[in-house]
Amino acid sequence: MEAVYAVTVGVLCACGLYLLLAARTLQVIFGIMLFCYAVNLFLLGMGRLTTGRPPMAGAGAGLADPVPQALVLTAIVIGFATTAFCVVLALRSLAMNGTDHVNGKEKRAQ
Amino acid sequence: MNHALLLPVLIPLVAAAAMVALPARARPLQRALHALATLALLPVAAALARRAASGEIAVYALGNWPAPFGIVLQVDRLGALMLVLTAVLACCCMIATTSSDALRGRYFYPLFQFQLMGLNGAFVAGDLFNLFVFFELLLIASYALLLHGGGRLRVRNGLHYLVLNLAGSSFFLIALGVLYGVTGTLNMVDAGIRLAQLAASRADTLPLASFAGAMLMLVFGLKAALFPLSFWLPQAYRSAIGPVSALFAIMTKVGVYAMLRCDALVFGGAAGLLRGFMHDVAWWLAIATIGFGAIGALAVQSLKATTGYVVLVSVGLLVAAVSMQSPAAWSALLYYLVSTTLCTAALFVLSDLLEAQPQTPEAADELGPRGAAAGGGTPSVSTALAVASAAPSGTPKAAALALAPPPSRAAALLFLAAAIGAIGLPPLSGFIGKALVLAATPLARALVLWPVVLVAGLVLIVAMSRTGTRLLWTIPASYGYGAPALPSEPPAASSAHLAKLAACALLLGCVVAITLGAGPLTRYLEASAAQLSEHGAYVDAVLRARR
Amino acid sequence: MTLPLIVAVPFVAAALMALMGLGGAKARALSPWLAFAAPLAGLALLFVARVGMTAASVIAWRQAWVPSLGLTVSLRLDGLSFMFALLVLAIGLLVFVYARYYLAKSESLPRLYLLLLLFMGSMLGVVLSENLLLLAMFWELTSIVSFLLIGFWPSRADARRGARMSLAITAAGGLALLAGVLLLGRICGSFELTDVLAQAGRVQHDPRYPAMLILLLLAAFTKSAQFPFHFWLPHAMSAPTPVSAYLHSATMVKAGVFLLARLYPVLVGTDEWFYTVSTVGLVTLAGGAAMALIQRDLKGLLAYSTISHLGLIMLLLGLDTELSTVAALFHTINHAVFKASLFMAAGIVDHETGTRDLGRLRGLARYMPHTAVLATVASLSMAGVPLLNGFLSKEMFFGETLAQGLLGEFNWTIPALAVCAAALSVAYSLRFVYGVFFDGRTPRDLPQYPPHEPPRFMKLPVEVLVVLCLLIGLFPHWMIGALLEAAAHATLGGAVPVYSLSLWHGVNAPLTMSVASLAAGTLLFFMRREAFRHHRSLLSDMNASEGFDGFVQRLERAARPLVRLLENGSLPSYLAWLVGAMLVVPGSALVGLARLGGTLPRTPTDPVTLAGLAMLAALAIGVVVARAHTFVAVVLLSGCGLFVTLAFARFSAPDLALTQISVEIVTVLLLVLAIYFLPSIPRAPDRTGARLRNGVLAAAGGVLIGGVAYAVMTRAPLPGIAPYFLEHALSGSGGHNVVNVIIVDFRGFDTMVEISVLVVAGLAVKALLRGLRIDAPKTGPRGLPWSSQSHPLLLAVLARLMLPLTVLVAAFVFLRGHNLPGGGFVAGLIVSIALLLQYVASGVLWTESRIPLNYRSLAGFGLLCAALTGLGSFALGYPFLTSAFGHWRVPLVGELELSTAMLFDLGVFGAVVGTTLTIVSHLGVRDKDLQSVEKS
Repeated sequence: MEAVYAVTVGVLCACGLYLLLAARTLQVIFGIMLFCYAVNLFLLGMGRLTTGRPPMAGAGAGLADPVPQALVLTAIVIGFATTAFCVVLALRSLAMNGTDHVNGKEKRAQ
Repeated sequence: MNHALLLPVLIPLVAAAAMVALPARARPLQRALHALATLALLPVAAALARRAASGEIAVYALGNWPAPFGIVLQVDRLGALMLVLTAVLACCCMIATTSSDALRGRYFYPLFQFQLMGLNGAFVAGDLFNLFVFFELLLIASYALLLHGGGRLRVRNGLHYLVLNLAGSSFFLIALGVLYGVTGTLNMVDAGIRLAQLAASRADTLPLASFAGAMLMLVFGLKAALFPLSFWLPQAYRSAIGPVSALFAIMTKVGVYAMLRCDALVFGGAAGLLRGFMHDVAWWLAIATIGFGAIGALAVQSLKATTGYVVLVSVGLLVAAVSMQSPAAWSALLYYLVSTTLCTAALFVLSDLLEAQPQTPEAADELGPRGAAAGGGTPSVSTALAVASAAPSGTPKAAALALAPPPSRAAALLFLAAAIGAIGLPPLSGFIGKALVLAATPLARALVLWPVVLVAGLVLIVAMSRTGTRLLWTIPASYGYGAPALPSEPPAASSAHLAKLAACALLLGCVVAITLGAGPLTRYLEASAAQLSEHGAYVDAVLRARR
Repeated sequence: MTLPLIVAVPFVAAALMALMGLGGAKARALSPWLAFAAPLAGLALLFVARVGMTAASVIAWRQAWVPSLGLTVSLRLDGLSFMFALLVLAIGLLVFVYARYYLAKSESLPRLYLLLLLFMGSMLGVVLSENLLLLAMFWELTSIVSFLLIGFWPSRADARRGARMSLAITAAGGLALLAGVLLLGRICGSFELTDVLAQAGRVQHDPRYPAMLILLLLAAFTKSAQFPFHFWLPHAMSAPTPVSAYLHSATMVKAGVFLLARLYPVLVGTDEWFYTVSTVGLVTLAGGAAMALIQRDLKGLLAYSTISHLGLIMLLLGLDTELSTVAALFHTINHAVFKASLFMAAGIVDHETGTRDLGRLRGLARYMPHTAVLATVASLSMAGVPLLNGFLSKEMFFGETLAQGLLGEFNWTIPALAVCAAALSVAYSLRFVYGVFFDGRTPRDLPQYPPHEPPRFMKLPVEVLVVLCLLIGLFPHWMIGALLEAAAHATLGGAVPVYSLSLWHGVNAPLTMSVASLAAGTLLFFMRREAFRHHRSLLSDMNASEGFDGFVQRLERAARPLVRLLENGSLPSYLAWLVGAMLVVPGSALVGLARLGGTLPRTPTDPVTLAGLAMLAALAIGVVVARAHTFVAVVLLSGCGLFVTLAFARFSAPDLALTQISVEIVTVLLLVLAIYFLPSIPRAPDRTGARLRNGVLAAAGGVLIGGVAYAVMTRAPLPGIAPYFLEHALSGSGGHNVVNVIIVDFRGFDTMVEISVLVVAGLAVKALLRGLRIDAPKTGPRGLPWSSQSHPLLLAVLARLMLPLTVLVAAFVFLRGHNLPGGGFVAGLIVSIALLLQYVASGVLWTESRIPLNYRSLAGFGLLCAALTGLGSFALGYPFLTSAFGHWRVPLVGELELSTAMLFDLGVFGAVVGTTLTIVSHLGVRDKDLQSVEKS
């Protein structure tokens, strides 16, 4: 399972990074979101994979590691906040520059 | 249980939260709260510094959970130093921020307070994830402050700054995840111990740990604007309003601080995991940063842009000193850090007085069009005026000149002092700091660092004298530096003008103070550096802390 | 204790001057007296300190400053420093008197005095420093003040250019000095002169000696305007004449000489020393003299002659016989005396005629006979005519050029060149005097006509100096024997050779050389026309007038494209650098990894999970493929979110699943709003090169991070902090759901900062939205028209029906949070979604009219609530955020647990609801048309 999980994280990362490097604000935002998914899964994995044993106090041994989950929870919230800000900033840039190019102007013909 | 450790974070938090809760109309109240909260940081920081000076590492277990399980705040000499610096800087920026500055956008005061909360939090955090969260806070506040005032230039640079740092934060999380996965803890000191054990017991996971370490350092390098992660800085600092850029003068230093802190506490300093990284990678990147900063300073004309590159050069020197991993170098760099922060902040505040700010990316772009023909001709008066009215077509040199109010003698004097301090000329602290770092450099590295630093210093002198003469010594159009000082509003002896002057005077007063008091200060800093290299002391203070 | 006073006095005077204010008649009237007071006091102190001292004795004063650097405020008064301090103070006094009459009424005399005083102070610092670092500091200070003085008339372009040039050159020298001093300090283990001078032998055998020597010589040559760094000095002549007389002839340019004399025992005696210093000195001596002869500008002539004389002194130091060193010091004094007087005379001419052009000046003797006499005597001294001081030092110089035997069979070259240079100096001296004052014709087109004698006291300083020329020339021993003796003793660090300061040594080689040079010079002068023609053709291009500025501007032009290449204002390339760095540097650490996989037994793979993960990956790839079709991309992206949620659920993280799903909904809503505005016109794709780069980086990133994930997941964890939480969650905080307990209690502080981040995001968004107007596309994707019905009735009704239900659900989720998946954050999001649904279904106006909530305040109160909950524990003497909980039996409801953590969670709830609605609710009305609808 670890291998599959790792591959999935890798694919998400790759897709996220690729879009992150794109030149259109919206695509960059897609990239950020995908990369955030990847990072969250990655963090969860850092507590080693456990299936079907959520960390409930007094539920016996072999429970999942709660710490990474707490970290991911925080990460999700912060990711949401920054993504939302990013979206609005993208709109702002669109309204001001009339283009959704990340550099505020279309590439020169060259 | 001493709650003083909490105050640097709590005061701005409560102030900001109250401001947000208050109806937006209650602006005078907000302003008063803002001033009060900012000023309150000074005595708090001073008190903490006095405690830290005795060598005590103060620890605060939040929620009464013992480390390493709960989150702890810790204030050692280094942390206290940074807190004091932040408080001083914040007060000066608060003074420099006129109500018209604040009214250029919304929510300046709460954002400023949140920024302070993030900064202070980063300096007292004893827990890696807590450090991350505070980084996020100071970053998101800085995005907002950078955008304060709007305009195309700010929006574009804000977007770049934001996306870069979002990516940086994700890498930060990855690094933290690996560290947790390898050590099973988040507390800095505890992680340090466990990494040391790792070296003994689980050699096969060590590469993963150093992977995390290197990534962490690079993330801090992004905050510190280390080459090649530095390209965002000049434009970002360029586009913020003066007081904000001045406050940002410490943002790069947060990165340097975090490098220092984590290398010492988590990765075991000179003997530790990052030895190779520091010795090879960080060192050469720092050298490159100095070089790039110097070239950049030569390439641009306006004071704000030049200052941005001065910041780069100083960052390079700081990181170079960090990478030496010796107490001597570390104490030297701390002195230089304080000095350069104050001086560049003063320059940023002054730039508001001495030159008007371009509103469009085109006007701000001093590098001219791509290609070798860049920045060739000198602009005519008409283009200068065109730029003055923020028309999208502008030549680099004219852009800087747009509508600069005639400088007062006081402003000129302050500029001279700030510039001397920033580029490290005698008699101000910049020179002492630079000399300290150079003196602390081992011979093998001195062969590289000394020439680079001295040549860079010379370049900065040329660039600054050029910028200064252009701004302060009036210029006939015949001369090679662009349009004449434009007929603009009479010397603003307004309260705003005076406020900014006062702020600069305060900053430079501190510079003079640390110059005269260099003896005691360096003693304190040597103690700080020594403290950083005694891991045991932190173990006793943090992990053995009584519940 | 007098030493620090000597240095401090000028600075104090300068401070007073500043306090007095630089404008206004009163300040102007008072400033001279304040200025005179400083050097007078200084001289008095200097003599007090020196009284009753033998040539050998040394006074020192020390005050610690930066021990870790070895920088102390330590001063030293010995023969050498006494001599230079005397020059600085005495000539300073005369210059101050002179300056009083020089400036025009309109110009700020106090400002000039202020700067001159600052210079006097720093120069005294240079010559009196015992600590070499301190010396370096004062050295740079003199450069800075000189910069300000040259730029005294900032409106003049040549002044600005000259100022910048001199600053660049001399400051570069200062940096070299710093490096050299640091090296010397490393060799000797101290920066104190006493210690350094004591270790001469050690230094010269140190491998670092050559580097150190080069650096120090660089400093000396730049400051003393030696070839090839000489060109800044002529340009410094755009300074007011008092400045030229003081800084650029008598004192500052002598600092280089002083430095070499100061470190003489340490530096001298090696071949490197001899060849560099004497060659540079010789070239400068000859070249300067030649250039001086062809200047049209009076001050230019004097400047080049200064360069040439400094070359002479350097040459003498280079010859490094003890006697030559004495001669060097002697000539330093003489040159200071006659050159200062000459500059003042030139200044008088300039002042009275309004020009310094040798082509226009002539026959002024008729108008200002007194000045003419003074200038004549001084320039004859410069020419080295007997009975004047210049003659004596020149005699010694000739003697030394003969005495040295270092060039083997080429020994004759040095004396020969020396004679030529002397001849040239005779020629230009004659030209100066004859051309300006005699040469019978009447001057034509002078700006001020007729010229006349200057004010009485303007001539006084010149008279004093000229008298000195005579006296020293006639009674050298009586005048300055002791002074020179002491200086030489201090310089040589011990035995002073026997030398006789007297006018007549009988007919010997030096005398013949003098006579020869005088004759040749006079000849040269009378055939100067040809000489000029010859020279001009030869030397006209040697002048680096525009050169430096051109050089700097070329550098700037070269720098711009270089910077632009990296800092190209393009986000993708910045990100590429970042990602590249993030992959390469940490990635290289992984090579140490023996095996990627660890020993931990793998968890079994089940088909469902496998399919889910595969689906997730496929969807992600789908997003990349469909990125240009925004709507499709958003749908696929939300699909990704769902499968991430499922993954969380599957891998025992129900809280994450709940949070992810609710965040997902809000985010998608946001994105949909965004793509409503974003134009869906097809655009040119990125260049293939960029796409390739991005692809490679992205793939590498995926491999690396996936690999690391695998490597960590397959290695057994250390016993970490997790078990503690599982243990204490119930006992310590009374909650079963450990994750939630961590969030609100164990690591509640993180959560509090996190919601602060959320609130800041809300503020930032609201600040950004102010005045944002976007004209939305008139039609949807592919030109389809928008639906006519903006608020479908069915949806509106359903939404209103659902609102109370969802709120109830939220309350439930909130309350159970501590024990089962859920909590304030999720509850907050649920409520927000319910409210947002109203916005979507019924529009902003409708909703806001019915839900009169200020979301920003709500968020603020939430944050406050959380913070105050934390503060509550102060009351009980516990740290911030210490939780307390208890169980209450409530009728009908049953066992109910209440804990402070819950109150904290309530804060979280408030912050989340407030922020989410702040962000999303107002995005919908940014469209111009809608705006107008809103208004109506």
